[in-house]
This record gives sequence, structure tokens and C-alpha cells, in this order.
Amino acid sequence: MDELSDLYNDLIMEHSMNSCNKKELKCYDCCKMGHNPNCGDEIKLELKMDGDVIEDLAFVGHGCAISQASTSIMIDTLRGKAIYEAKKIIETFIGMIKREITDEAELEKLEDAIAFRNISHMPARVKCALLAWHTIEDMLDERERKVDGE
Amino acid sequence: MNSSDIKKDFPILQNRKESYLDSAATTQKPKQVIDAIDEYYKNFNANPHRGAYSLSIEATQKYEETREKIAKFINAKHTEEIIFSKNATESLNLIAYSYGMENLKVDDEVVLSIMEHHSNLVPWQKVSKVTGCKLNYMYLNDNFEISDEEIEAKITDRTKIVGITHISNVLGTINDVKKIIKYAHKKGAIVVIDATQSIQHMKIDVQDLDADFIVFSGHKILAALGIGVLYGKKEILNKMTPFLMGGDMIEYVYEQNTTYAPLPNKFEAGTQNVEGVISLGAAIDYIETIGYDNIQRIEKEIVDYAMQELSKLDYLTLYVTPNRAHHSSVISFNIKGVHPHDVASILDANGVCVRSGNHCAQPLMRYLGIDSTCRASFYIYNTKEDVDNLVNALNKAYEMFKKYM
Repeated sequence: MDELSDLYNDLIMEHSMNSCNKKELKCYDCCKMGHNPNCGDEIKLELKMDGDVIEDLAFVGHGCAISQASTSIMIDTLRGKAIYEAKKIIETFIGMIKREITDEAELEKLEDAIAFRNISHMPARVKCALLAWHTIEDMLDERERKVDGE
Repeated sequence: MNSSDIKKDFPILQNRKESYLDSAATTQKPKQVIDAIDEYYKNFNANPHRGAYSLSIEATQKYEETREKIAKFINAKHTEEIIFSKNATESLNLIAYSYGMENLKVDDEVVLSIMEHHSNLVPWQKVSKVTGCKLNYMYLNDNFEISDEEIEAKITDRTKIVGITHISNVLGTINDVKKIIKYAHKKGAIVVIDATQSIQHMKIDVQDLDADFIVFSGHKILAALGIGVLYGKKEILNKMTPFLMGGDMIEYVYEQNTTYAPLPNKFEAGTQNVEGVISLGAAIDYIETIGYDNIQRIEKEIVDYAMQELSKLDYLTLYVTPNRAHHSSVISFNIKGVHPHDVASILDANGVCVRSGNHCAQPLMRYLGIDSTCRASFYIYNTKEDVDNLVNALNKAYEMFKKYM
């Protein structure tokens, strides 16, 4: 129960219940749906680029507190980052959840997203925390392939 | 006899401290079932229907005796009307492929209820895509039940198959399948009953129901995982072609052609799950020793208590028919404003096992206008203490979220 209280802390609860990132962008370059069929979590992520920099991100959707907060905190973390920085952060986050990355200095780069580190002990919730991160990972990969193709 | 006495028969409920409220997903197993599997492997294991030696013959006898036991249990007219499968899903796929694909045509209609589990829905979508037949749904009234008007509006002269769950795995609604079968037969349709959520709770008499097909999974009625049953009327099964091809379902095999074995072997290709069949036999013995009268009395007491206590929590939404006589032992609920997955995690941390999600019933969820629910499901080994644990854990979950709402 203690571990759970740690997880459902003020930061995560505020982001899940009252996120200012939960909205539609006026204009964006691409959007993508992320879906966990087993639990029904569903998000639509919108991405606006300024050259190679993530100018803005926003999301709409529904799901558990973990999936919604993880999406919102991810947006705060990645906004304003260059693609190469963002990709490194995404990799670190996924590595943290899978318990492959435990180095504190490395994890510090995740900023608020480090709040999800205990999820790695809760296998039933890993998918919830990773939904948005896998979705943005796919979006950036797709964008890269498109740019390479041009 | 009460649930505390029964609980003593279930080793896992002695070994673990959790309140297990997910019996609609799978029931726990009594010692008698676990021992029967142990005894089978220690004394009788061989490949049935294959060997000319005594051990194989004894394994065959155990396997076939259980078929007879199941036939008697559901009052089938003929033992060969009982076909063993992997689970209810495989039984339903068998019906969809071997009956549906062969008999349905464009303009024919398949009618399902909107409360079907995906296993009695997705196979019929496939049949519909291949044959061109139409798929229609019976919807629910405000009490989460299917009205007579709805039955009569949807089952028409063009309906060839009606698929209906006896008890909803989400709402716990008990459908009046006898009435539906009678009406469907009047219209010339056959009926597929999914008894996966009912056979552990109430007596099923296939002749009294006049059911064409009935399916269920062993693991939801105290038996091992991986064993299921298909009951079908002999005259219908005889006209159907096999579903899976291979060993033991044949008569003569030539280079280019094969003739098939008679029922029931025609539908049992390959070495079967004898362990599972034996466990199902032991589970039925256990159910019969307790008796359905006792099962219903014990369940009624615990579900009445759960409904009484849960109804007091004004932060909960319950998805249950107010007609208690039409409600089984599944209670779906949500804490208003909190996602069920979060609730289930907090209940888990407080030692209460419930299911959360769409319960393999996405069309029903969409129809109800929700994404998912928490579901507590009760069986004969659940006690009032389990209900109290659920209520206490729900209060904690609500407290955790309340300040952020």
C-alpha cells in the first residue's frame, strides 16, 4: 500500500485529473492514436514541430490516472527539446520502467517523469505508463522516415 | 453448510490472504479436483483411444466415463452429444465454422445480444464476412435486460442462428434462455447458448431448455484450465463437418480422401486433454455433493449482502438490474470520476482481487457509454468478510482520489 501511495502522489494525481496539456492544438504537424486494448486506455497525441525541435505537444483521451499522468508529464518533459534529445529521454524512460537503466545521473534527465520509477515493480501498470511514450516514439520514427524519404 | 465450510476445501484460499472476487474470470479449485489430477498422473496416465494395453484402456475408460457423467449432469439425451474442446471459445468457433459457415447465406440473419462476450461475437462476424449473412443485435432496456419486445423485434423469419449468453459476464443479468429458444424455434432458427457464466451457479437441463448448442469452460466451474465442453443435438452434430482434422477423428484415410469417425470423435482431433476431462469430472462430483440448492442459497446470501453494502456507497455507480431474481453473482461498478484500473490497483494493494477493464465485451461497453468497469464476482467460497474487505478497500480508494476531484 505504501508503494501505491508513493505512486498516486500529488504530482501524478494533479497531472491525471487536471492536466493543462489535455487539449487540442490549434495546428499541428502530425497526430497519432495510442491504445491499450486490454484496459481500454486511449490517447490521441498531437505534435507540432519547429524544424528539428518539438515546439508543442497536447493530448486528448481517456484512461487510468497512470496513463493520463504519464502522457501529461511526458509532454512537459519533451516540449522544447530537439528530436535527438527527446529520443534519448524516451529511451531512458522506457529503460527505467523495464529496470534496464538504474543510474541516478541518467534518470535525473527525465525531470518529473522520474516519478514513475516505481511502476517497474507493478507489472500490471507498466503498459499504462508506457502508452504515451511508445506513441511518441512511433510518431518521431514515422516522421524521420518521411523526412528521409523526401 | 456455509461458505466458511466450503472455503476449507480450497487450498489456495488457505495459502493466500487475498479476498478473491474474480471467480467469473476463473474459479479456484477444491482439493478434490487437484487430487483427481494428481491421482490420474500417478495411476492412470496413457494416451486414450490408442493403446491395446490395459493402462491406455483404463485412461480411455476414465475419459469416456466423464463424458457420460457430463451428459447426465446436463441431462443430454445421448452421451455422444458431449464434445470436449479447449474452452468455451473453441466450442463457439467450432459451431461458427462447422455449422455457421456451411449453412448461412446472404440475406440470412444471425441475432446476438449486445451483452455477448467477444467469444460469441467475433466468430459470427467472421461468418458474416464470409457468407454475407447479416449480424443483428438485441439491445437492453434500462434494467440491463432484454425485453420480450426486443426479442420479438429482432428474431425474424430470416433469422437462422441466435447466439445468447445465459448470464452476462459484465452485468450478471440472467437471460430467459428458455423463452428465447422457444421463440427462435418458432421462427425456424437454432440457438447457441453460452453457459460459461451460468453452469457453476444453476442447474442446466438441455432437454428442458430444448437447446441446440450449449458451451462452457471447465475452469469457471472448478475444473482445470484448458478444458471446455460443447453440447449439440445429435441430429445437428451429425450433419456438421469436422472443425479440426487429424488423428482420432477419422475412419479411413486414403492419399486423397478421408472418411470421418462418428460422434463424438469426429470433433476431437488429436490427443485430448485427459487431465482436464478428469478434473471436470471431479468438479461435477463436487458440485453435486454440495448441490445446486445449497450453491444458490449460499450465493444469494453473499450477493444480497454485497449489494446491500455497495448500495450504501454513494460514490459508486452500479451496473446491475434492480430485479434481484434476474441478477446472478457478478457486480460491475465504478467509482465516479476514477478509472477502474486505478481502483483495481488500490484494491489489489489492500488484498482484494477484482477484474477491471472491458471484460471482453467492448460492444456492450460502447452501448452503455462507458470504457470499462470494475467487476467483483462471487462464488460459494466467498464470505461476508470478503465483502467487508472490498468495501473498506473501496473507501480507501475513494479517499485517495477525492481530494483531487
